[in-house]
Amino acid sequence: MSIKITRRNFIQAAGVVSAAGAVGFPGLVLGASKKVVVVGGGTGGATAAKYIKMADPTIDVTIIEANKDYYTCYLSNEVLSGNRTIDSIKFGYTGLAKRGVNIVHDYVTGIDAKKQIVMTKSGKSFAYDRCVVAPGVDLKWDTIEGYNEGVANTVTHAWKAGPQTVTLRKQLKAMKDGGTVVITAPPNPFRCPPGPYERASQIAYYLQNHKPKSKVIILDNKPKFSKQGLFTQGWKKFYGYKTDNALIEWRPGPDAATVAVDAGNVSVKTKFGDTIKADVLNVIPAQKAGKIASTAGLTNAKGWCPINLKTFESTIHKNIHVIGDASVAKGMPKSGYAANSQAKAAAAAVIAMLNGHEVGTPSYVNTCYSIIAKDWGISVAAVYRLAEDGSKITKVSGGLTPKDASAAAHKRAVLNTYSWFNNITNDAFG
Amino acid sequence: MKKYPLTKRILFAAILLSAAGMTQAAKEKKPLMTGASDSMLANTCAGCHGTNGVSTGPSMPTIAGLSPDYFVTIMESYKSGDAYSTIMGRIAKGYSDDEIKQMADYYAALPFEAASQTTDPALVKKGAKIHDLYCEKCHSEGGTLKEDDAGILAGQWRPYVRWQIEDALSGSREYEKKMMKKLKKLHKKEGDAGITALLHYYSSQD
Repeated sequence: MSIKITRRNFIQAAGVVSAAGAVGFPGLVLGASKKVVVVGGGTGGATAAKYIKMADPTIDVTIIEANKDYYTCYLSNEVLSGNRTIDSIKFGYTGLAKRGVNIVHDYVTGIDAKKQIVMTKSGKSFAYDRCVVAPGVDLKWDTIEGYNEGVANTVTHAWKAGPQTVTLRKQLKAMKDGGTVVITAPPNPFRCPPGPYERASQIAYYLQNHKPKSKVIILDNKPKFSKQGLFTQGWKKFYGYKTDNALIEWRPGPDAATVAVDAGNVSVKTKFGDTIKADVLNVIPAQKAGKIASTAGLTNAKGWCPINLKTFESTIHKNIHVIGDASVAKGMPKSGYAANSQAKAAAAAVIAMLNGHEVGTPSYVNTCYSIIAKDWGISVAAVYRLAEDGSKITKVSGGLTPKDASAAAHKRAVLNTYSWFNNITNDAFG
Repeated sequence: MKKYPLTKRILFAAILLSAAGMTQAAKEKKPLMTGASDSMLANTCAGCHGTNGVSTGPSMPTIAGLSPDYFVTIMESYKSGDAYSTIMGRIAKGYSDDEIKQMADYYAALPFEAASQTTDPALVKKGAKIHDLYCEKCHSEGGTLKEDDAGILAGQWRPYVRWQIEDALSGSREYEKKMMKKLKKLHKKEGDAGITALLHYYSSQD
């Protein structure tokens, strides 16, 4: 590999030599650029790759993602109501390629933390100085009897957007007027806390306009949920919530928790022992970190990845950073914006650590919108700071759309939802 | 409400907020880190306002290339509630005055890029005349200059500018008296159609 020796390169190479001499870093060769491998091309992974490359173009950044396209989980509920096409939530990797990020479409089968190598299904291996792991979530199939990856082709979870989102949309379209849609909401913690309730809202929106005699039942594992006050306020306003003709019915946990699925009968059994029959059944199971996280030994007993909250470096394996839904980012929700924000903090840490600098103070934000009905959006936002002892990402401001917000404010929130979507996807993939 | 000059109001707000900040800090058992770099702070905005502050729209504004004074003033007004917002008030409260200044300077140094929006030529023509008559004196050169220490109007996302005008007219966001006088006069004389024309004029520029 040839590299143009500039003054900057020379100084960096010299720095590497002295660092290597002092600590004995493996894998660093004089003059070779530092290598970062990002595992997973979702919002977190894509953002990390982009921001590392933007801030330090001398770093060789490779992103490995199995799929050619990524479908965002956020706003996929609008595909279910027919307000948005599946193509509108599809993003590729040409934007990152143009920025100089190496794109590899392959399935990561393992990470050797000692040798600092990422292995793939096609038999390739990728050496890294630092690795960023952003695998999103995996589903805990064994928590619901009769539910597995095969069954999910017909009884969808649609919690990773893509083909199952399209299947669920088709099922809703094919359903008779007067049908019952059952959504089972997962226990905490899970990806996108307001997601199941926005999903119920978007489906109700569709049913109201096309199949008004139908209804949505949410069988929840939990006794309460994210943005609950704002959701129920919206459901009362638009969907007759708590009336005889309600388009949405919410049954709280623990009694309504789903314990079994009967795919043939299209029904579920609750913890209480009831069998609930559905015309369209959507089962969102409990979750854990994406598969590669456990394969690489990055997970704790609960299936999530413990990390240093400042650098996002795994507390189990050195030189590997875990961001987004898979990480235990104490204090932040598992959301797309959180992943985007964490990716930037991790990117800054990775660059500092590769260049032998001290890692600076992080700053994090989350913003999240949900669309309940036509012209009726709601939001939650937070700004966070890290505790000085590194123990918690602490919310210092934020909160929900006020309960007394005007109709005009809710309407603005819908357009802001679309702006949020355009900007975050461009910030990650563009 | 007794009217104080803008600078005084900002000062009051700052005093109130630092007091509120102390209460918040006292409540927290553990002390929190400060001293994040300019880019670390600024990049947290980019998920909504676009990479390097250039928004892909349609409603969240581009914040690159804004006057730092304007950036600070609007963020402080969001904090204090003097400027109505759907979400920014909740976010602005999370940053200290120094941090807001850091973000203001960071984004001021980045280039503003005009949003590409479709416009109606007839409305643009009409809007240009309205602009010259009512706005050009302060929002000079067609509302393109950050040196005016006002928000950049030319090439900004149209729904955003419309909302700011709506909020000014409804009294939910305060502006200088001089401006309110002009804006009310414009609205009275030209009506909502005049505002729309003005907005098309601004969005036609790059």
